[in-house]
Amino acid sequence: MSLIRTLLARRETLLLCAMLALLIGVTARFPEFATPASLANVFHDTSILIILALGQMAVILTKSIDLSVAANLAFTGMTVAMLNHAFPDLSILVLMGLALTMGLALGAINGLMVWRLNMPPIVVTLGTLTIYRGLAFVESGGAWVNAHEMSPAFLELPRAVVAGLPVLSWLAILAIGLSVLLFDRTPIGRAFFATGGNAVAAVYTGIDVGRTRFYAFCLSGMLAGLSGYLWVSRYAVAYVDVAGGFELNVIAACVIGGVSIAGGIGSVAGTVLGALFLGLIMNALPVIGVSPFWQMAISGAVIIAAVTINARAERSVGRNILRRKEIVL
Amino acid sequence: MNAMSPTQSVHTAEAQPLLEMVGISKSFPGVKALSDVALSLRAGHVTALIGENGAGKSTLVKCLTGIYQPDSGEIRVDGKPVRFATADAAQAAGVTAIHQETVLFDELTVAENIFLGHAPRTRLGFVDWAAMHARAAAILHGIDAPISTRVRLKDLSIAQRHLVAIARALSVDARIVIMDEPTAALSYKEVEDLFRIVARLKAAGKAILFISHKFEEVWRIAEYYAVFRDGRQVGAGLLADVDQHDLVKMMVGRDVAHVFPKGEPKIGDTVFSVRKLSHPTEYDDISFDLRRGEILGLYGLVGAGRSEVCQALFGVSRPGSGEVLLDGQPLVTRSPSDAIGAGIVYVPEERGRHGAITAMPIVSNMSLPSLRQTSRRNFLRMAEEFALARTYAERLDLRAASLSQPVGTLSGGNQQKVVIGKWLATRPKVIILDEPTKGIDIGSKAAVHAFMSELAAEGLAVIMVSSEIPEVLGMSDRVLVMREGRMAGLFDRQGLTPEILVRAATGNSEGRQ
Repeated sequence: MSLIRTLLARRETLLLCAMLALLIGVTARFPEFATPASLANVFHDTSILIILALGQMAVILTKSIDLSVAANLAFTGMTVAMLNHAFPDLSILVLMGLALTMGLALGAINGLMVWRLNMPPIVVTLGTLTIYRGLAFVESGGAWVNAHEMSPAFLELPRAVVAGLPVLSWLAILAIGLSVLLFDRTPIGRAFFATGGNAVAAVYTGIDVGRTRFYAFCLSGMLAGLSGYLWVSRYAVAYVDVAGGFELNVIAACVIGGVSIAGGIGSVAGTVLGALFLGLIMNALPVIGVSPFWQMAISGAVIIAAVTINARAERSVGRNILRRKEIVL
Repeated sequence: MNAMSPTQSVHTAEAQPLLEMVGISKSFPGVKALSDVALSLRAGHVTALIGENGAGKSTLVKCLTGIYQPDSGEIRVDGKPVRFATADAAQAAGVTAIHQETVLFDELTVAENIFLGHAPRTRLGFVDWAAMHARAAAILHGIDAPISTRVRLKDLSIAQRHLVAIARALSVDARIVIMDEPTAALSYKEVEDLFRIVARLKAAGKAILFISHKFEEVWRIAEYYAVFRDGRQVGAGLLADVDQHDLVKMMVGRDVAHVFPKGEPKIGDTVFSVRKLSHPTEYDDISFDLRRGEILGLYGLVGAGRSEVCQALFGVSRPGSGEVLLDGQPLVTRSPSDAIGAGIVYVPEERGRHGAITAMPIVSNMSLPSLRQTSRRNFLRMAEEFALARTYAERLDLRAASLSQPVGTLSGGNQQKVVIGKWLATRPKVIILDEPTKGIDIGSKAAVHAFMSELAAEGLAVIMVSSEIPEVLGMSDRVLVMREGRMAGLFDRQGLTPEILVRAATGNSEGRQ
């Protein structure tokens, strides 16, 4: 039982209630939206967002930010798609391993610049965002890799159904499970919280703050690399602008889920719920016939509402301190 | 000696004071920072404000400059009651302050720094640059500061910046000038320059409040004094009526020994030795031995280099040269985790900033440095963490509803217990406590002191950095005094008096007075 999660319990409950309300509202008019198959589809649709958000959560917990995840995804996705096109017989597991390694390397570059050169994370990843996407352009020459150029195995793995759910969904569930272990049950997970919670105190406690940030960027990069393969395979196309701007959805999922941009506060459950909430909206709005133009504005409004609620929640914690202090004194 | 009574002083003045504070009190949650304080400043005279850290000097200055509003009491200017609701209101009334660490803007020019916030305007409301530079130049000329008004502040030396800060203070047509330890960062010659400026201001009829730890300076430029202790004014009057001994006695008070739970120390072998520890800019030639069961006090003025030495011992920073021995073996600490691994721990000053991670629960804070012990194969074991936290929470008499409570919800004293507790859990050999009781209530102070004695009795070697003389005298077996980055003395507990400590820390001998 994570204590940090207990602290945030109310925020997650709130999110869950909002999701239920949304679900009930939509279901009232479109009962088929709430069928298990449809909900499983929402989850399937949100899987990549969940995987990316869990990596981003580690970065934000350490009071950093990784803007390069979508570019990393595009570059890695393009690379594996081109490899698959050139060597159709290469095993998918090898390609996935390659995607993980390449994403990890790209994340490590971010992390090294933040750690060793002491550069602000937002600047570093703003730079690598452009570089990684630029490299995707360089290697492909701007050409697309289309479905017919990919091997059937490459395309089928994520959507192969195992025990009632597609592999992509299972991968997201696996990522959630491993994240719970990582964040709540390992010293490095604790170090993420400590680094963002109070970097100076963390240093005095013997935590290497720079190295901790480096690990967070490595994790985020690795998951972005994996998502590169998953994305390209799921949408059966690779081009330079794949997942353009998706890093903002990833950050939004974290923020909606209660991860504090100021670092040190957040939970796996919250982040997953934040991603699912976004996914639910994205899937529900077309069902109830809201135009795509409005969809963007509405998701933006949701993000702002979530941040407002978070800010208020943190303030009310502050008031509690004084009240308790008075009792103690 | 009658000048020591607070009421006496008012009548010795020849004229009505320019500024008077009467019955000023100010409380913060858990702390009474000022209680029923009085102060008068006279035109054309310097009043020296003297007191230990935490005596309430800064709070007083903030009340005077409108940053804090006193809970009760009255401030009078020219005999008329005033209220400084904001910093602007205080400035409009002619009160200006020059702070210890000057708050200026590196990227702006000298003239902009002097007039920021009250720049001369043209009729259309735009900044009148010509007038601004002319007036800035005039003010700088007035204090004999040959600085161009057009250079950026970042290109000036520390001393020149200080002159700009003074010029800024004077640019608002001030009648009352507060100087908060203005000489702390200045060299000998720069101090002389500053004193010439003070003399000019005096001659111009300004009332000056001069805050300083250095008695030598106080006697050179001030006519009046006011001594603060624990948020009260304990003496005020003409400096001519007192000597240094009187002031120290007022500053420290008499009741030093009885409140401290100092046990009979069982001092063992040397466990920790520091040999000629030096740093190019912060400290030089620091050597001492620390024995099991001993509490070594580390006393000095703020900025004497005490924390810098401790941070080097803990591996936060690296010394330039020197040697550290633990149990006779040379020890190199490249990082805090090296130091923790070797058995040296550091409880930093400023709990909130350096000590506790306030959003984390008590249990996680306590177990943070001990995760290697409580986890198995790199996986945390919550039950172990709770067991560890419970052990030390009980030992330290921690008051909390639950160990899952975030540390931020505890009182200051209990937060300090969490920070100390987390280090005890690492079973250290040497514990460095940097200002362990600063800003915590008296009850918690006593608990921390009792606990320090207990630790020493168990054979731990303790280094206690403290600026509070009673605490240093009451708790230490020996006291190392630092002044301006160097050792100014290593004293035994026996026969040690406040006067000896103050003299060593300020570098003021009886003869030089």
